[in-house]
Amino acid sequence: MTTLLRTDGVTKAFGGVRALDDCSLAIAEGSVTGLIGPNGSGKTTLFNVITGYARADAGEVYLGDRKITRYAPDKVFNAGVGRTFQLTRIFPTLTVLENMLVPARNGGRGRALEQLEFVGIAGHHDQLAGTLSYGQRKLLELAYVLVADPAIILLDEPAGGVNLTLLSQIAARIRELNARGKTFLVVEHNMEFVMGLCDRVAVLDAGTVVADGPPDIIRTDPRVLDAYLGTDVTG
Amino acid sequence: MTRTARLGGLAVLAAAAIAFPFVYSSPVDTNYGVYALIFVTVASAWNIFSGFSGYISLGQAVFFGSGAYTAGIAARDWHMTGTSVFLLLPLAAAVSALIAVPFGLIALRVRRHTFIVITIAVFFIFQLMAADFSFTGGTVGVQSPFLPWQAATFNNPFYFIALAAAAVTVTAAWLVRRSRFGLQLRAIKDDEDRALGLGVRTMRVKLSAFMLSACITGFIGGVWFLYLTEVLPSSGYDPLFDLSIVLMAFLGGIGTLSGPVIGALIIEPGRLWLTTRFTNGYLSEILLGALFLLVVLFMPRGIVPTGSEWIRRLRTRGRPAIEPVKAPAGGAR
Repeated sequence: MTTLLRTDGVTKAFGGVRALDDCSLAIAEGSVTGLIGPNGSGKTTLFNVITGYARADAGEVYLGDRKITRYAPDKVFNAGVGRTFQLTRIFPTLTVLENMLVPARNGGRGRALEQLEFVGIAGHHDQLAGTLSYGQRKLLELAYVLVADPAIILLDEPAGGVNLTLLSQIAARIRELNARGKTFLVVEHNMEFVMGLCDRVAVLDAGTVVADGPPDIIRTDPRVLDAYLGTDVTG
Repeated sequence: MTRTARLGGLAVLAAAAIAFPFVYSSPVDTNYGVYALIFVTVASAWNIFSGFSGYISLGQAVFFGSGAYTAGIAARDWHMTGTSVFLLLPLAAAVSALIAVPFGLIALRVRRHTFIVITIAVFFIFQLMAADFSFTGGTVGVQSPFLPWQAATFNNPFYFIALAAAAVTVTAAWLVRRSRFGLQLRAIKDDEDRALGLGVRTMRVKLSAFMLSACITGFIGGVWFLYLTEVLPSSGYDPLFDLSIVLMAFLGGIGTLSGPVIGALIIEPGRLWLTTRFTNGYLSEILLGALFLLVVLFMPRGIVPTGSEWIRRLRTRGRPAIEPVKAPAGGAR
């Protein structure tokens, strides 16, 4: 399988704290990769570095063969990397349909409605986005990233704060898109969600990838237990 | 409101605006009309950038004064006389738009209160330059060439030029709001970083709107100069001018199309009336400040949004404003 997105020795420090420390990760094209790790392990910082919201102190980020390390967020998106945020960010004073038309290369009104239909909120298209429920906002954010048809989508805690029905709906949509060839990198704390959805899981601890492999192997990897529980596996 | 009713309302407004100087033909009355329309134009131009993007600029006088000075300096140095000076208005617009480029490249890198402070700083730089440079006439300013028109109807051509400028500006604001460009500006107002992360070239969008706003303001600044026949550093670059247009937009409804128009039509004639009615020249300024406070405290969204909400409440009394949507099977809640 070819690598679609790769970080190569990425380091990022905030003051004296190293949020990312020589972080290297490769995402295969057409995969759903989970990125897990304890709070403060650098997952969101890695997303920020990849999508241009934070600048890496060292290391490189590649999309295919293209180096995108110092690209601004708009350029990263236009290169084919879409993302959602941990705390959902929509445009509350625009209608749901207008939200869909904000992204560059959105394919027009027809495609926007198609994507809203796909995530199940087309009935709300002329409503102000600020009036949507939290779960609907999650779906809208996913839909307006999808509308630009990015090569890879980075989802930051898609299951955070949503009910079980919506959770299975989000998982179903990700699976359906993945079956059509879309690549995903998912940060999530809900282990059941990650293990059921992803075909590969990478574990981040103190800014470094400490384990990387199929979910069944990762589940029993002592380094993962160490990262989460602080147990001394070598001892 | 239906499309036909809206078009009908606009036609009545346009007819009333055209008929105004014929019905109220005294120069005192038409003077009210000229000033009101100049401020309708400026407030709407300000709204195209600040209202839609949320970047509150207190430096619009930079473009207004520069438009006025451009027309004055060019007319003086190129020895232009008579009505040919009106040919300088596009130049006034172009110079103001050009000034907006470095101004915007500096100020638009920052947001919110820092942006406001920078616009004020740039404003004072321009006011000081106008007072200190010799080519701007220093503190004496620049006078416009004599226009050989009769005193009784002198205001009328200015009235119609200002009316045309106001109509073009409101139309431009309408077109911007309906366009993808306008959508991007409104997205920037909601969450600029998110818009950037969706591929919107935010700096380019903001700068384009800033330049468009400056261009219109420079044009009408030139009209104002020819009407008033002189520009001084204190009148061209007047801090009260900036406060007035912000108040007009806030009073009417910032970011709406009709809000700045309504605000300008209330405040500017009101200010002129107070200035001429009472000998205390500061009364209008004191009342302007008091009105600003009242608007911010009791009607922060302005007349148009608040009025629309009242009407909607009356029409939807007893039932939800938004009809519940039947969700598809397994739909999100």
